[in-house]
Amino acid sequence: MDKTLEEITRDLQEKFEATFEEFRGEAHVFMQPAQIVEVLTYLRDTHEFPLLSAMTVVDYWPQEEPRFHVIYQLTSIAKNLSLQVRVPVAATSPEVPTVSGVFSAANWREREAWDMFGIRFEGHPDLRRILMPGDWEGHPLRKDYPLGYEEPQFTFNFDEIDLRKPYAKE
Amino acid sequence: MGVEQKLGNMGVVTTTLEQVVNWSRTRAMWPMLFGLACCAIEMMSAQAADYDMSRFGMELMRASPRQSDLMIVAGRVSRKMGPVLRRLYDQMPEPKWVLAMGDCASCGGVFNNYAIYQGVDEVVPVDVYVAGCPPRPEALIHGVVTLYEKVYGEKFTDYADVA
Repeated sequence: MDKTLEEITRDLQEKFEATFEEFRGEAHVFMQPAQIVEVLTYLRDTHEFPLLSAMTVVDYWPQEEPRFHVIYQLTSIAKNLSLQVRVPVAATSPEVPTVSGVFSAANWREREAWDMFGIRFEGHPDLRRILMPGDWEGHPLRKDYPLGYEEPQFTFNFDEIDLRKPYAKE
Repeated sequence: MGVEQKLGNMGVVTTTLEQVVNWSRTRAMWPMLFGLACCAIEMMSAQAADYDMSRFGMELMRASPRQSDLMIVAGRVSRKMGPVLRRLYDQMPEPKWVLAMGDCASCGGVFNNYAIYQGVDEVVPVDVYVAGCPPRPEALIHGVVTLYEKVYGEKFTDYADVA
């Protein structure tokens, strides 16, 4: 891992009691939801990571508990470094404080996380669905959400599927 | 023998009113731009110089549904876009036709999941389906000509309000 990145991760470990993993030169730092705003503000101001490159969620059901990992990918342009902050969140009460005050790019990404995974962000100014229609039920990118697969119509099953299809009226 | 002798010389043609109306509807059918995804590129290239659709009466594409006759649904329609599509279809004045261009508009195409309508005929009634991913401009023109053949066979009573 890059020397500067090592220093930064050690600094975070001391200050915030974080754990970290390394993977092929990348640093993944694990945080608790309550600390996240403070950590990101600290990284943005003191360690010069002004760019939130990506904010996404991974669902590890049923292999791991806690189920969701909210991932914040921070980039420092001046130092040419990339750091990933992960926040494990359980499915029973998926709530994380919003970071849209720290990085305004996080606004729509948090809406996407709410829409696709059902993770609530406290303090978000406008938390509503962004990709699915407004009245959609369910959170599509969770691992236990069904694909919504329709059986392909071939000649042998054409008629039975045709009866079930919701054709439009004039 | 009367009219038949004079037909060519005097510029007289005998026909029925229905035939004339259907003929004129096909000769100037203006499509409404509904290019949603990749099929839109093929629709544009069918409209452009080499595979000219103006030869078939589609001189220009109107973006406004109020001024168009044919809605070419080119591309996949997501669940969020469905009500928008329906509203624009309702705003088109009669007579109107719908051509589902490409696999996604006909049957959902490669996207067999919760977010895409499995065929745009779940939202609007479709007259002609054009297969392909995307269909070549020649295939789209073939679809248009098939629609014209359908229009030639239409009767006035199809559009009458009385059952």
